[in-house]
Amino acid sequence: MSNGQNERREMTGAEMVVQALKDNGVKHVFGYPGGAVLPIYDEIFQQDEVEHILVRHEQGAGHAAEGYARSTGKAGVLLVTSGPGATNAVTPLQDALMDSIPLVCLTGQVPTSLIGSDAFQECDTVGITRPCTKHNWLVKDVNELAATIHEAFHVATTGRPGPVVVDIPKDVQFAKGIYVPPQTAPRTSYQPKVQGDLEKIKAAVELMAGAKKPIIYSGGGVINSGPEASHLLRELVDLTGFPITSTLMGLGAYPASGKNWMGMLGMHGTYEANMAMHDCDVMICIGARFDDRITGRLTAFSPNSKKVHIDIDPSSINKNVHTDVPIIGDVGRVLEDMVRLWRATAKPDKKALYPWWEQIAKWRARDSLAFKMNHDVIMPQYAIQRLYALTKDMDTYITTEVGQHQMWAAQHYHFEKPNRWMTSGGLGTMGYGLPAALGVQIAHPDALVIDIAGDASVQMTMQEMSAAVQHNAPIKIFILNNQYMGMVRQWQQLLHGNRLSHSYTEAMPDFVKLADAYGGHGIRCEKPDELDDAIKEMIAVDKPVLFDCRVATLANCFPMIPSGKAHNEMLLPDEATDEAVANAIDAKGRELV
Amino acid sequence: MNAQLQPTGSAYFIAKETEKPENHTLSVLVDNEPGVLARVIGLFSGRGYNIESLTVSETEHEKHLSRITIVTRGTPHVLEQIKHQLERIVPVHRVVDLTVRSHEFGQERPLERELALVKVAGTGEARVEALRLADAFRASVIDANTEHFIFEITGKGSKLDQFIAIMKPLGLVEICRTGVAAMNRGPQGM
Repeated sequence: MSNGQNERREMTGAEMVVQALKDNGVKHVFGYPGGAVLPIYDEIFQQDEVEHILVRHEQGAGHAAEGYARSTGKAGVLLVTSGPGATNAVTPLQDALMDSIPLVCLTGQVPTSLIGSDAFQECDTVGITRPCTKHNWLVKDVNELAATIHEAFHVATTGRPGPVVVDIPKDVQFAKGIYVPPQTAPRTSYQPKVQGDLEKIKAAVELMAGAKKPIIYSGGGVINSGPEASHLLRELVDLTGFPITSTLMGLGAYPASGKNWMGMLGMHGTYEANMAMHDCDVMICIGARFDDRITGRLTAFSPNSKKVHIDIDPSSINKNVHTDVPIIGDVGRVLEDMVRLWRATAKPDKKALYPWWEQIAKWRARDSLAFKMNHDVIMPQYAIQRLYALTKDMDTYITTEVGQHQMWAAQHYHFEKPNRWMTSGGLGTMGYGLPAALGVQIAHPDALVIDIAGDASVQMTMQEMSAAVQHNAPIKIFILNNQYMGMVRQWQQLLHGNRLSHSYTEAMPDFVKLADAYGGHGIRCEKPDELDDAIKEMIAVDKPVLFDCRVATLANCFPMIPSGKAHNEMLLPDEATDEAVANAIDAKGRELV
Repeated sequence: MNAQLQPTGSAYFIAKETEKPENHTLSVLVDNEPGVLARVIGLFSGRGYNIESLTVSETEHEKHLSRITIVTRGTPHVLEQIKHQLERIVPVHRVVDLTVRSHEFGQERPLERELALVKVAGTGEARVEALRLADAFRASVIDANTEHFIFEITGKGSKLDQFIAIMKPLGLVEICRTGVAAMNRGPQGM
């Protein structure tokens, strides 16, 4: 916090913006200038406390801010101009909304006198961003600007975190008014409940103590709650001896090396995790939201279990799946009570869980992530395994794009700590990973930041290579290049009679030359036995790297719960013959997304 | 009008809806600030909920609080979601499902009133009949000349429906209705 803390001073709106950023502890802002934010950029120029990271497209600023936020636990900040600046930021805003990432997006707006006149670079920013933000504001009075920005940070970072937009007309940036420091008293209508109901927690502990086939299913909420929540989750797992699985967003909250870890669950989750979800008698859902990629067919979802659901957002409770014991509160606080109550009251009989663990061991023995190794062509799974082996002992952060490579990364890269895994889960935004890696690298300049990418996704935000070069952010873009939109093709094989409509990229750029053109470093690898050396070279280079890893073009991502199927109807890799794939989904399932 | 798809929000798992939809009346207390109504309405359209009736006005001027009364239709599961989703909106203070509340009090439904202005034009027998019926419905004449009346009528929606239906053959010209204002019986506030 700066020294202006307790003073009410007169300053311009633009000065207030920068002062408010400082007072909210902001060190980095991702942005792109334009007409309607010039006064703010003028103020940024005249100070060096807040560092501005110039991107190449506002979408890049948004994803970079998301990566920054996810890897630090702080709010990510982006600053964009009116009109196209704001509309380009819509994708990352929605992405952050669905994955509960705290973002503060400051947008310029045309002067108040021109609002509604179809002025140059005007758009209804608060109208457009209303459904893709947690809350948004149009500030028409400079005297409300400082308080609004403080409130924006408060709303973005508390409760269930999410993106917010503050739209600031250019005349308000020039106008003079009184700056107020951050307030301690938030508005009365916004009071997120963080402390869980103790009676409910007691009921949950009772249910857990009597479980014969329990499972813990954790999600991104544990990461959002902070490192303490992950610590408590580990403690709870140790105390109870329960098996644990996690959603895509929750990877790293419980270490993959932990003995109770069953791998990710859901559409491309492990056989053991999904079977255990289906057959369990008590399910403890911690900071996850029963997304459709997790549950499979809802009517057949874990039919015989009592469900405990811990979530800070009451609207997540009973949204998709009926909950027997709902606990509304912050995961960290609830787990603290839960661990304390378990220690005090539960008489753990770990022997009672032996048959359950035996069953899990049988499922595990199916080895659902196995793949056929090939000595001539790099298998994508093998590429991730090697990447993991060569980087796991380093200070590594992983981001991804969206598609097959993302699922392979989730399956074969193993996370020991929270905040190390940045991916677009809810919205599934291709093009997320490269700018997110930039954001992570800015927050952690000395860390190894790798974007596990696909050849199609990475081209959606490739321009941010230029930003990475400019800001000396040596991000490593590890492209699993199969020349297909692999997941699209996989679905076309499953659902559309193998008619591969427009999922093949016939004109692929030369990624090595492209890296060169951006001032980065390009590497191509085509042979499995050259892979390790190439990865080592990538790690050693102190520049942004485009790594063109040529992988088997037709590999598909298994295991998979096909459309409209239940957890116990998974398609396993060894069963996924062409015929099985073609018949995996019946006529009814074909109509579904 | 696609509330039947709502329970999962995804075309992936369209399950047969087994619950019956019901009409419920919600009271929503909000900060009266720009855009707040758009947030509420946007939630309904964005998530595919129905609005049967909507009434908004500032009720506490000093605190800048408005009360929004929404009549919506959905299954109990969807209605619970609507309540929670409304509560997530930052300027929303409180959401009370008046229908659920009235059931808790052992009542059939909350007090609901609506006001309508009904313009009827005509001469002769029809005109006399319109005036006579208006009297029976306790509608008052708030404007008239020799060729028309404007009636003001207050009551339950069903009473207004009935009055309007009766006026149809008697020279009904136009109708304006306010939508439902509602609260629970008894001494407790929302």
